[in-house]
Amino acid sequence: MEVESAPGQDVGAGLLEAAAHLGAVVDDQAEVARPVRWSRIGLGHGDELIAHVEEGHARQAPAQLEVEEPSVELERRFEVADFERHVIDAHQPRHMCSIGFAAMEPAIELEGLERRYGERVALAGVTVSLAAGSTLAVLGANGAGKTTLLRVLAGLLRPHSGRVRVLGCELPRERWRIQGRVGYLGHEALLYRELTGRENLRYHARLHGVDDSRVDGMLAAVGMARRADEPLRDLSRGMVQRLAAARAVLHDPALLLLDEPRAHLDPAAGELLEPLIGRASGRTRLLVSHDVEGALTEADLALGLKGGRQAFAGVVEADGGRQAGAGAIGAEAARELYR
Amino acid sequence: MIAAARAILRKDLLIELRTKESVPAMTLFALTVYVLFHFGLDRDSLDGELAAGVLWVTLLLAAVIGVSRLFAAEREQGGIEGLLLAPVDRTALFVAKAVGLFAMLVVVEVVAVPTFGLLLLGPGLGGALPELLAVFLLGNLGIAAVGALVAALAAETRARELIVPILLLPLLVPVLISCAQATEPLFRQEQGPEDLARWLGLLSLYDVVFVLLSVAVFDYLLED
Repeated sequence: MEVESAPGQDVGAGLLEAAAHLGAVVDDQAEVARPVRWSRIGLGHGDELIAHVEEGHARQAPAQLEVEEPSVELERRFEVADFERHVIDAHQPRHMCSIGFAAMEPAIELEGLERRYGERVALAGVTVSLAAGSTLAVLGANGAGKTTLLRVLAGLLRPHSGRVRVLGCELPRERWRIQGRVGYLGHEALLYRELTGRENLRYHARLHGVDDSRVDGMLAAVGMARRADEPLRDLSRGMVQRLAAARAVLHDPALLLLDEPRAHLDPAAGELLEPLIGRASGRTRLLVSHDVEGALTEADLALGLKGGRQAFAGVVEADGGRQAGAGAIGAEAARELYR
Repeated sequence: MIAAARAILRKDLLIELRTKESVPAMTLFALTVYVLFHFGLDRDSLDGELAAGVLWVTLLLAAVIGVSRLFAAEREQGGIEGLLLAPVDRTALFVAKAVGLFAMLVVVEVVAVPTFGLLLLGPGLGGALPELLAVFLLGNLGIAAVGALVAALAAETRARELIVPILLLPLLVPVLISCAQATEPLFRQEQGPEDLARWLGLLSLYDVVFVLLSVAVFDYLLED
């Protein structure tokens, strides 16, 4: 059995409907999550009940599913997806089905964000909200304020006015709470030229309290295992960028801030990094790129900046911005930013 | 905090070992100044106040070079941002930088002080070695604490080459006075009444005050 909720419909409603099919009683105290695109519930290959929601959202949706009748018949066609899921043993005797989803806060909430450098206004009136697990493409010409926005969200710059919430933390007051939960891949690799790739990653692993054993896995994941013991000054810019990507995700951050992440990368390296920093990573992402079509293809939402001001913010049109849709952001609107 | 401080210190020492930028420059500077004093004063040997003053002023000026370079890798390669993104108490950064500077000063002194003894000092160094070690230990601690603080303060400024000596040297005047006064009796031709304990006490007090002050304000120095 598979239940799919309509776009925009609450996950909670989708699962309540599924629960009814299971002949279960639903705990009416269950919290309802914010809307996501779809949710599923079904039987896995090991006769286990599986409840999961769209990639990325599952992380924030601790579900409890208990069925009244363990032997309830379910069609065994449910696909066990690769991404994170919640598995509940259906054979444990339970007499209650309760589906609880913690109310999910947006990963990023900006309201009238303003940031200045001296007298010069770098960002003004930026208002956008990004759900956990989604990708926001930040577009704009050089000097539009894209990097400043990323640095504010990383806690590296203070906002001068407006409201900034990142991963549920108010910035700059609670900046310390997002340290270690954000992965930042910017123009600088944030790696030391005199150290080798392995030494650099081990250094960052220790700062983040990550086990050293993860370093070798990350080096292999970015295709740098063979040259991990060469100092960075002897490596090409593309190789350093691969190591910088490994550094950015080494501590498994909930939020990725990516500033031209594929700069200096050849197509093969770009594909290699896809599971780490691409959509497949399942992480909430903010993506700054001058490749308008590419960024829109990857994004759920788009934010356009022009001279530090917000030109637009909204849902990306289907098919990477190529299909027209009322009120949605398309490639044409994005290209206007550069004129 | 200790694990992070160790990681930062280890990284700094590795970079220094590979680049050989700070310690050789500091050492060479100190040796050059001693040679200049040797010829400039046109004396074969110094003792007492003059010897103590020459020794410590030279070491303090050499320390300025180390302090100026203390955050060089962070500044030039984005290391500060990497640290600010990590769940690391900034005190760990202060501790690592201060310990690193302390270690650099020790290496410089291991070469520079015997050279000073050979080139300029009348009385031998050997007789007062334990007392000298105590003075150097406390003096280096004060220089390291203040040096790490000033280096962080100057790290994000454009005129850091000017800011470091302008801030550091006045702040180190009490260290200079205490170290020179504590060393002076040890460099006399004829041993007289010593006030070593008083000056070591003053140095200790200075060290405690500046370590505590640095820990208290270090968090705010790296703020945007």
